[in-house]
Amino acid sequence: MSRGEYLLRRLGFGLFVLLGVLLVTFVVSRVVPGDPARLYLGPRASPEALAQVRERLGLDDPLPKQFVKYVASTLQGDLGYSFRTKRPIIEDLKVRLPATMELVILSTGLALLVGVPVGVLGASRRGKGFDQVSRILTIAGVSIPAFWWALLLQLVFFLWLGLLPLGGRVSQDIQLHHPIQMITGFYLIDAAVTGNWIAWRDAALHILLPACVLATYPLSLAVRMTRASMVEVLSEVYVTAARAQGLSEREILFRLALKNAIVPTLTIMGLVFAYSITGAVLVEIVFTWPGMGSYMTDAILNKDIYVLFAVTLVVTVIYIFVNLLVDLVQAALDPRIRIGRGGEA
Amino acid sequence: MDAGTCTSAVPLLEVDDLRVVFPTPRGMVKAVWGVSFQIQKGHMYGIVGESGCGKTATGRAILRLIPPPGKIVGGRILFRGENLMEKSEEEMRRVRGRSISMIFQDPAAALNPLFTIGQQITAIMKRHKVAHGEALRQRAEQLFEELGLPHSRDLLECYPHQLSGGMQQRVMIAMALCVESDLLIADEPTSCLDVTIQSQILDLLVRLQKQRGLAIMLITHDLGVVAETCERVAVFYLGRIVEQGAVSEVFRHPRHPYTQGLLAALPDPQRWGSPLKMIPGSVPTPLEAIPGCAFAPRCEFATDTCGNVEPQLVSVGDDHLAACFLYAADPGKGRGRA
Ligand SMILES: Nc1ncnc2c1ncn2[C@@H]1O[C@H](COP(=O)(O)OP(=O)(O)O)[C@@H](O)[C@H]1O
Ligand SMILES: [Mg+2]
Repeated sequence: MSRGEYLLRRLGFGLFVLLGVLLVTFVVSRVVPGDPARLYLGPRASPEALAQVRERLGLDDPLPKQFVKYVASTLQGDLGYSFRTKRPIIEDLKVRLPATMELVILSTGLALLVGVPVGVLGASRRGKGFDQVSRILTIAGVSIPAFWWALLLQLVFFLWLGLLPLGGRVSQDIQLHHPIQMITGFYLIDAAVTGNWIAWRDAALHILLPACVLATYPLSLAVRMTRASMVEVLSEVYVTAARAQGLSEREILFRLALKNAIVPTLTIMGLVFAYSITGAVLVEIVFTWPGMGSYMTDAILNKDIYVLFAVTLVVTVIYIFVNLLVDLVQAALDPRIRIGRGGEA
Repeated sequence: MDAGTCTSAVPLLEVDDLRVVFPTPRGMVKAVWGVSFQIQKGHMYGIVGESGCGKTATGRAILRLIPPPGKIVGGRILFRGENLMEKSEEEMRRVRGRSISMIFQDPAAALNPLFTIGQQITAIMKRHKVAHGEALRQRAEQLFEELGLPHSRDLLECYPHQLSGGMQQRVMIAMALCVESDLLIADEPTSCLDVTIQSQILDLLVRLQKQRGLAIMLITHDLGVVAETCERVAVFYLGRIVEQGAVSEVFRHPRHPYTQGLLAALPDPQRWGSPLKMIPGSVPTPLEAIPGCAFAPRCEFATDTCGNVEPQLVSVGDDHLAACFLYAADPGKGRGRA
């Protein structure tokens, strides 16, 4: 099996998962609300109106036909209406999703950029002071409640030091005087592309604390995963061989062994990334960040069921995409994947 | 020290009273305990012994690559007269791969699976600044040809798993020689290979020794291999050398009961069909504190002295040492079976 074939197969698997999730949301949406038409019109709707809506929504069609229609419209971006915001869900997502993605991408990037080198150094200085300190900090990092940690940072950086804002994505006066033009919905990108540096700086200051709080768990995880797999790799004969060949310790650690050790970390980070999209809700609430987590929580509290389906779908798609990305990186790193024993490699 | 090797020139490598330990939860493992030997320039030196007797630890100690928590706790390692034990880690890095290189038992495990052969060999040449740019590839290809690897550019683009075991070991040898080191430590370089390939690799090593004047420390558990290829040999037992000297001497007139047992256990073509003799008992773990001779519990000639006092290496013939009380009083003669 060639590398391309392998990736096609992974992509096929991803699509299969997506179809499965669509099927589940479809079935649940037809079963759970009782009568979708009644849900649409409210309890006092006349029978004629109900029939009309049924006709319009295609609820009288056979189920397979309904499912095909459902998939087609979903793929076209029609995710239904939110009962709560009274807007097409896709319009809400256009604002919510970039807000969360900006936060999650930044925190995951931070986690990898800091966590991986710390893990590598911990493994190479096993048992020494650096390793001990990083172990204690990462245990704290994975067990600290995000909510409490967020409040503590706000206390220090907002209340005591006055260095960073309390919450939100930008300050109000920036919104008034230097509004960020929406292009991608990622404030840092949009502000940079339009050269709106005042707003960029403001947005950067706003995202700093929530990104750090959100990064704490994945960063600690990255340190621990990287350290664990590095310890294993460093005991391999090929590492001893590289030392016997006189290669420098830095080259052995960061150019050679890290390549052998990085995949488990990337896999875990992919999972955490997908999870954080809705799992960041506490951080979003503390920092009044208008993202997916709070969107979904509001939906749950208001029985806004189509929003829940839509968010589930979006998270699934992102999950599949991130997994595919990890597979791609893994295939690029490991030549043995060409033989097709991807799971083992 | 070998009595008979006192040539005028400084030996290429002189190991003197080397001691290596591994702390383990069950106690301190004395993997190498008071080992001394010398390797002359361009010679092939055999280190033999059963598994676990400290051969690998000795080889790695020479490059100061004992995996922690194991460490060298005593002795000197003189390479061209310079004590490697006194060198800084950075200085050692210039010795490794440049003056002394090493190849390993399992070439498949010693090659990094995620890098091409070309990436791995050029990294070494770059590191030791022997070539750069296009010369790197040329040098690698030249070396491959010399070592009997198929002459093709493709080999440099290959990943280790795409090569056979024999080719992998040849690549390892190429990587060990690309900087033209003077000493090659070959740690059981053929034990993981098919029998037919084994002799090819050994022939190759002998050829390199002859043509390049390369000194080779050949670690093996196969006395037959040593008899065929080496000038001198040291027989290891439980971290100590029990007998050493010229191969012709040691194998024709083995003095130490352990060496005699090892040789008797070799299949003898003149006595096909007769059962092989085995040394009774098994190697004790190096954890057990043995007060006297380490081999005494398995030795048919053991006396009370053997169980209490550790025997020292004494001359038992021309260029021939053995650590056994059978010869302590009257070197040169013995009650040995040979
Ligand atoms: N990393 C290690 N930790 C603990 N003990 C070790 C380690 N490496 C080797 N040893 C012990 O040191 C002794 C010598 O091992 P080694 O040099 O590998 O023997 P050989 O190569 O002759 O088979 C053995 O008893 C082995 O158990
Ligand atoms: Mg060994």
